Amino acid sequence: MAQKKLAIIATKGSLDWAYPPFILASTAAALDYEVQIFFTFYGLQLLKKKLDLQVTPLGNPGMPMPGGMEKFMPVIVTALPFMQGVMTSMMKAKMKKKGVASIEQLRELCQEAEVKLIACQMTVDLFDMDSTQFIDGIEYAGAAAFFEFAGQSDICLYI
Amino acid sequence: MAHDQELDASGLNCPLPILRAKKTLNAMTPGQVLHVIATDPGSVKDFDAFAKQTGNDLIESKEEGGKFHFLIKKC
Repeated sequence: MAQKKLAIIATKGSLDWAYPPFILASTAAALDYEVQIFFTFYGLQLLKKKLDLQVTPLGNPGMPMPGGMEKFMPVIVTALPFMQGVMTSMMKAKMKKKGVASIEQLRELCQEAEVKLIACQMTVDLFDMDSTQFIDGIEYAGAAAFFEFAGQSDICLYI
Repeated sequence: MAHDQELDASGLNCPLPILRAKKTLNAMTPGQVLHVIATDPGSVKDFDAFAKQTGNDLIESKEEGGKFHFLIKKC
């Protein structure tokens, strides 16, 4: 049986949205898939050496809060300056308690399993980022390079 | 049942039990049996799917004392 291929485009740079690409990529690799993740726009934050990923309740009516608070809390309260920090610490504490891996851990497992991590060169330039900010072992490429792999993939996800 | 290696993935959540099992199996030789212990209820379906897709043999899958036990034979 030919090796299956999974291609993912990761476009989001928040703590919650960092999970799907790394969970799916590491699991697919464990199932013997060949995997590539193409990081573009805010997704580039997931490749930084020092991750500072946050989760925000702002504009997210689906975010559960302790005691069902989300049903009563006025939307404007979620815009207060401290809310993002509070929600991020609460989310991280909960994840730790429930045995959910950290993003750093999942990212490392992806690299160990030879998942290819590719940074979109155009967005790296656009945001004036440079390779010293990113972890080692990643590649830089453009849309055409992504299609070379994605065109042969069995599963292609845009996250 | 006899096994060659044991992996305690208690307290770990998806996808860590699968990732740890894969890593452990990689270091084992064909025919050897791995015993995985997990507490994640999702691991029951996951280990079934893992075995089917990787061609390893899931010899046993059971719940005992609030924990899930899997015996996987490396093929």
